[in-house]
Amino acid sequence: MAMIGQPLDRIDGRAKVTGAAKYAAEFRVPNAVHAVLVQSTIAAGSITGFDLKEASDMPGVLAIITPNNAGKLTHPENVPQAVAGPLLQNKDILFNGQHVALVVAETLEQAQSAASAVRLTYTRGEAATSMDAMLGQAYPPKHFRNGARPPDTSRGNADESFATGAVKMDATYVTPIEHHNPMEPHATIAAWDGDRVTVWTATQGISGVQSTLAGQFGIDKANVRAICPYVGAGFGSKGNTWPPATLAALAARTVRRPVKLVLSRSQMYTSNGYRPRTVQKLKIAAAADGALLSMRHDGFSSMSRPSLGEFAEPVALATEMLYACPNVAVTHRLVALNAALPTYMRAPGEASGVYALESAMDEMAVALKMDPIAFRLKNYAETDPHENKPFASKALRACYEQGARAFGWEKRSAEPRSMRDGNILIGWGFATSTYPTNRMPSAVKIRMEKDARVVLQCGTQDIGTGTYTVMTQVAADTLGIPMHHIRFELGDSNMPPGPVSGGSMTVASVSPSVQAACRALLDKIKDRAVAQPGWGGQSRDGLQLRDGQVVGIGQQISLATLLEHGPIEAEAKTQPGDEKKEFSMHAFGAQFAEVRVDPDLGEIRVSRYVGAFDGGNILNAKTARSQLIGGITYGIGMALHEETLVDQETGRIVNTNVAEYLMPVNADVPDIQTIIVPNDDKNSNPLGVKGIGELPMVGVAAAIANAVYHATGVRVRKVPIRIEDVL
Amino acid sequence: MAKTYVSATINGESAEFLCETQQTLLDVLRDVIGLTGSKEGCGSGDCGACSVIVDDRLVCSCLMLGVEAEGKSITTIEGIANGDTLHPIQQKFLEYAALQCGFCTPGLIVATKALLDENPNPTETEARYWLAGNLCRCTGYDKVIRAVMDVAADMRGEKVA
Amino acid sequence: MQAFTLTQPSNIQSAVAAASEPQTKYIAGGTDLLQLAKDDIETPRQLVDLEPLPMSGIHAGPNGLRLEALARMSDVAAHPAVVHGWPVLSQALLASASPQIRNMATVGGNLLQRTRCGYFRDTGFACNKRVPGSGCPAINGENRMHAILGVSDHCIATNPGDMAVAMMVLDAELELIGRNGTRKVAIGDFHRLPADTPHIETILRPGELITGIAIPASAAARRSGYLKVRDRASFEFAVVSAAVALDMDGGTIRSARVAAGGVGTKPWRLPEVEAALTGKPARAATLQEAAGRAGEGAKTTAMNAFKLVLLRRAVLRALQTVAA
Repeated sequence: MAMIGQPLDRIDGRAKVTGAAKYAAEFRVPNAVHAVLVQSTIAAGSITGFDLKEASDMPGVLAIITPNNAGKLTHPENVPQAVAGPLLQNKDILFNGQHVALVVAETLEQAQSAASAVRLTYTRGEAATSMDAMLGQAYPPKHFRNGARPPDTSRGNADESFATGAVKMDATYVTPIEHHNPMEPHATIAAWDGDRVTVWTATQGISGVQSTLAGQFGIDKANVRAICPYVGAGFGSKGNTWPPATLAALAARTVRRPVKLVLSRSQMYTSNGYRPRTVQKLKIAAAADGALLSMRHDGFSSMSRPSLGEFAEPVALATEMLYACPNVAVTHRLVALNAALPTYMRAPGEASGVYALESAMDEMAVALKMDPIAFRLKNYAETDPHENKPFASKALRACYEQGARAFGWEKRSAEPRSMRDGNILIGWGFATSTYPTNRMPSAVKIRMEKDARVVLQCGTQDIGTGTYTVMTQVAADTLGIPMHHIRFELGDSNMPPGPVSGGSMTVASVSPSVQAACRALLDKIKDRAVAQPGWGGQSRDGLQLRDGQVVGIGQQISLATLLEHGPIEAEAKTQPGDEKKEFSMHAFGAQFAEVRVDPDLGEIRVSRYVGAFDGGNILNAKTARSQLIGGITYGIGMALHEETLVDQETGRIVNTNVAEYLMPVNADVPDIQTIIVPNDDKNSNPLGVKGIGELPMVGVAAAIANAVYHATGVRVRKVPIRIEDVL
Repeated sequence: MAKTYVSATINGESAEFLCETQQTLLDVLRDVIGLTGSKEGCGSGDCGACSVIVDDRLVCSCLMLGVEAEGKSITTIEGIANGDTLHPIQQKFLEYAALQCGFCTPGLIVATKALLDENPNPTETEARYWLAGNLCRCTGYDKVIRAVMDVAADMRGEKVA
Repeated sequence: MQAFTLTQPSNIQSAVAAASEPQTKYIAGGTDLLQLAKDDIETPRQLVDLEPLPMSGIHAGPNGLRLEALARMSDVAAHPAVVHGWPVLSQALLASASPQIRNMATVGGNLLQRTRCGYFRDTGFACNKRVPGSGCPAINGENRMHAILGVSDHCIATNPGDMAVAMMVLDAELELIGRNGTRKVAIGDFHRLPADTPHIETILRPGELITGIAIPASAAARRSGYLKVRDRASFEFAVVSAAVALDMDGGTIRSARVAAGGVGTKPWRLPEVEAALTGKPARAATLQEAAGRAGEGAKTTAMNAFKLVLLRRAVLRALQTVAA
């Protein structure tokens, strides 16, 4: 039976339900000491002095590392995962909560006590903290999408055609700063042996960690080993190699002992990025029959001071390709603030951008008096209207149909405030989802041991998505041997490199190499068979591996016999081909939300949810559904709960915890029905997958916002939607 | 500072340890005893990843001092399974894929154990509010609740359709 | 967290004696104190551990309820006599925090839970409550969750309690012990307004300890309820809450007790609402009119102005529910 497609239990499940799975902070490294970060309490200026007397004299303190004694680190320009700072390289303060010192002590308690006793003096500079106040000074990103495309594009003439529309909308949507808040705070243990360093680190990309540290410390990549067998999720916060990992290695080098650095939840708010705040201006015009004439999407996203790097939230990419509209213009701008560097967060670009786009499309449907789905179908893009290419595959129509049927959409009455359960207002909302299909190079090593068990290795990560399980399935099918004879290993940079676990591309990127490595192994097994005495007449390609036997014409030999000569090894590398040139590659989905709103008290609760998704070929329906439900839940948080609050006077974050940074908990999440719309996108990659890590969260906030409008008649153009917005 | 000697029962076995006064029970479990199944997600009682059962009460071990464990009986995730045999709750979490990254999982399983010990027949709403103190960022709760309701029925000896 | 010593007294008297040392705090459930200590908001040198003291009884009788100070929130909430005789108290407790925290936290400690104001809970900000005279950035800052009643130019931090709000409508009386003996104080007199001394939050004298809470039985207590409005369905501090206890004579309200949470710098009694209900028939218009008076003297900011509207609606809903 083919393993691919089966809803199999997670291979790492047992380790996780028993507490045996080891995360970065849990490795026992002999002689390790503890480091604690000290962070600034002003947003701009420079450090004029440190008073370290009290802290240095405290028991157990081994070192206090500041810009005065940190030593020089090199910024590796060609490593995209390398974050430039703050790395204690100068005394400039660029944001509130910036790392300014690192205390190393024998025990964690000693390091924490001493960190509290570090005193700084500053000269204060003028801080830019309000994005709205700085909108006029927005500037185009310099490295938008790593230079792969310009920040502004257009087709037709969006402004002129806007004037000709029978029905128009022109509105601004705002999304807040959000923090990933993976349940595992970032942790690194670093240990040097001469000029070689090993880091056990919570990361979505061990290859990036390896390259970053090698560059920063000026050592060979081969001298850096990054280990991460389990990671307590990341959602983008562990994609780059952020300063804490570097500073742990720096501290270990300084005190010549292994050093463990674990961020507090509070420090997670200024140490490893966040989803930037966006202000998005949407202008859409349509003919009276609903045909789109013009779309304009101007996106602004908040940024740090530019010297820390650049991250532009690509909010308007979906606007280019999602609908067949002849005149489209999009722009992306940055607003520099005294804030930490933002970064990717689950569904970067689309989470914020499709929220705005699909809210605007709902406003248009209302203005046109059209059913929201009918309006989307009226403007359905059969081919990518921006790139003028066919889609590699697109089952969005089926997502609409199957999702609507499961939700019971046809029973919706269009008028706002028209559906009630007693006093409670009911709202039904809908939105489209889409996310690009990505793929990166990867390499896999495979070895069949003498007992015919197989070990595969790839320096990828399992951030909770199911990589261990799914790759084992792929190997089992390709080799034709049972899953329990196969072990897929990952999370060690000594293994052949895999891509960062982000962008929903792990399966698309790694599984082709798994397949190729398995095929290379099979070839070697067959080579060994045809080299057997008396096998000269067999052709390698005619052989088959069946039930532990290599079978030829009229002859067979057991694997056990072949393996008496020793284990068999192979390695394979795969990379994307020209498919991106030929096709527009995207996953799609349809999001349906029901909300219940108390009209007097303003409490909004999601009471029912259906999501239908075209994620291409689904390799494991069980792990896939976890991804889909989890993504929708993340979207519920975006719609109704999550918001990082920045004090405008000081630029300091006010809710650096998970009590006041609200995220959904059990009672906030209803029964979620997920529909996997069958598809197999072999145009995109050999396994036909599209990636489902980000897709399920895209459009959720819009579906819920649209449902809130339907329930209350109040159009809220920002998230999270709060009680006071609908009172 | 002098360490305090503490004697307690952990997962059914007597345990003795030395700890500093300000070390939390979570720090003691993880760093002194080496039971790293209980996780620190927040350190402030807001996430539930450190949940353990102390004398039949579900608590956040990050908000309890290690020295206060004196004479107490503590159950951590490491004490839930029976040797190599998973507890039915663990088995159902696995079967329902009610976990992904696994970081919140020990706390959720310990909390579920405490729930079913106290209320073997919870309604779905009761289960959702009982597990209100356990944040999960990956899996989105739906599967957790399915697993909890199913294992509760199983443990009551009921057959679930 | 700063290092501290832990003293485990064998009785209340020795606890009080130990607490006379400088920089000493009592610790009971520890759910708030340890958070504050980890963040260097509290920096005690000595903790006096009350846990071993036998003070966790819940005594319910025909005349009233007596909670010993170390009774756990979860045990009080689930106690059948409380559920039936003082439902507002059980409901308020169940609406608080999470099961884990309710299992740890004590009723005595809960009365002393400190504000959730993010400026107070971060030493990187100025705060008059933490460092008197340093200023209050919340007044012009992120203050959606801040108080609208009892605020001063020095502090607008919200009292975070649910249980204390319920106790405001139950005429609870706190039993205190200190070096100079015992005394009793009404719940309404226990918390102080911030005025120009926001760092002094209660009338407790140095080293004084709450030993118990006495709550009389009454018809109003039996006919009581708690409503908590929040952004998240569970595990969140109140945006606004309302506690109501009504003594009804048929369809007429003989007397009413109404209080609110999430809006005051202390648990907030609403006498203006009570007065409008006393002696009136419990008709929709009466309740509406009375609830509309809630929040007399409110001082709001742009971000929390909605709380006044929400307060009135929450009070109305609670009145409707309890009167029904």
